[in-house]
Amino acid sequence: MGTGRLYAAVAAGGFRRYATYRVATAAGVFTNTVFGFILAYTYIALWAEKPHLGGYDQAQALTYVWVGQAMFAVMVLGSNGFEAELMERIRTGDIAVDLYRPADLQAWWLAADTGRALFHLLGRGVAPMVCGALFFELALPTDPLTWIACLVAIALGTVVSFAIRYIVALWAFWLLDGAGAMQLTWLTGVFFSGMLLPLNVFPGALGEIARLLPWSALLQAPADVLVGEADPLGTFAFQATWAVVLLAAGRLVQSAATRRVVVQGG
Amino acid sequence: MAETGRGPYGPYGSYGPYRRLRDGLRAYRLIAAMWIRSTMAYRASFAMTAFGNLAATSFDFVAILLMFSQVDELGGYTLPEIAFLYGVVGVAFGLTDLMIGSMDRLGSRVRDGTLDTLLVRPAPVLAQVAADRFALRRLGRIAQGLFVLGYAIAVLDIDWTPLKVLMVPMMVLSGGLVFGAVFVAGGAFQFVAQDAAEVQNSFTYGGSTLLQYPPTVFAKDLVRGVTFVLPLAFVNWVPALYVLGRPYPLDLPTWVAFAPPLVAAGCCVLAGLAWRAGLRSYRSTGS
Repeated sequence: MGTGRLYAAVAAGGFRRYATYRVATAAGVFTNTVFGFILAYTYIALWAEKPHLGGYDQAQALTYVWVGQAMFAVMVLGSNGFEAELMERIRTGDIAVDLYRPADLQAWWLAADTGRALFHLLGRGVAPMVCGALFFELALPTDPLTWIACLVAIALGTVVSFAIRYIVALWAFWLLDGAGAMQLTWLTGVFFSGMLLPLNVFPGALGEIARLLPWSALLQAPADVLVGEADPLGTFAFQATWAVVLLAAGRLVQSAATRRVVVQGG
Repeated sequence: MAETGRGPYGPYGSYGPYRRLRDGLRAYRLIAAMWIRSTMAYRASFAMTAFGNLAATSFDFVAILLMFSQVDELGGYTLPEIAFLYGVVGVAFGLTDLMIGSMDRLGSRVRDGTLDTLLVRPAPVLAQVAADRFALRRLGRIAQGLFVLGYAIAVLDIDWTPLKVLMVPMMVLSGGLVFGAVFVAGGAFQFVAQDAAEVQNSFTYGGSTLLQYPPTVFAKDLVRGVTFVLPLAFVNWVPALYVLGRPYPLDLPTWVAFAPPLVAAGCCVLAGLAWRAGLRSYRSTGS
């Protein structure tokens, strides 16, 4: 089997794995929609108090809310993705089997996570967005090119999201119980991705710094491309740079970890 | 533990509600203590997750602070007033989350069949499910709620009467019971829809997020829904607006502000009935 076909099969497996749980997917869509409504009303109150806050008008701010709910599962901003499983394999020692396989560890998990992200985009992303568009006046583009640019930004964002979580998962080689590390990563992600509030609304230097960090590639970047507040090419370059840097860092951590690996278990 | 469930009545004697409650609380205490010991095996991880819980729950308030870095009022309410609403719901929800926050794991127990194990043990199932994976780290949420509530009470210029002072603990306890009823009803729902555990989060976590903001922010129909249908508004909105001396957006008589204990009792009865119906409908996976 060619390398490309192997990873394509892994990605398809990742897609099917999440597609199996239809009721859970519907439940997730419901929850994202409820939170979307709550946030939308608070944003309406906020933008009524101060129109054009952060350079958004109210329709753009509401679009941001629903893009955020759509990206919640895709970018793994709320729960755990593959990293919980990888950490468990490191803790139990199953990782030794993975390292023997004639496949690259990082590429394997990237493929599986890409399959998952594609399913979450279709299964958990589209429905809340449509619901938001039905109940609120959103600033959705009419130009298909903008939609395509947004999809590219989402794709790059998922790679950045993966690369961050891969590094965190490898911490388990040193920490064994990764629950705390995972939670800290999740907190950082929620704060700096713009899930709490758009990064352009963050005050002063905090906002400037937050926009340079890799987490802004997850939600702020695709949202800004969609509402026409960011130049797509510049956004892609920003996201791709972080993706490359973080994937390379993941490789470094991986080689350090596997050189010192002491397999758990008897 | 040979005496459990027997005592003066013998193994087949009468087993009244008082004894059932006592047995349930005892089972709850034992299971929770076991999980606390288990958590303490990884102390570094416990410290990190407890801090993480505190930080995670602070985020909702950080979002509000970030908003108030740009504006002076939200929906006509100032920051201390919103902090008061936030603190009450934070502590109330935190208590419930600590006590029975693991109810959302029931669905996975139904799915993989491990609920059967709980059914054959000589302790009430509700107590076992509620104490399952008892997570001491959730104290972080209560601490954060108390902190914000303390800030609000210190800064707000409220004309305190003995009645208003009493209303603060009353809101927190009744609110905790209302959320508890939502958790238990959600658990009962999971007997039917096993994979739908996340729907419960819409009403628990979603409900507590909703109540952090003043009702004036939301559409009238939404406010009507959480006042008359799913009475979350009685956790803080209705009584807290009385304490703050603010009018409730819906036309309600004043005495309604003192109704939260009654509403909580009603919710608990309904949730108890739902739980019984759910448990009775349980059929094992059968494999």
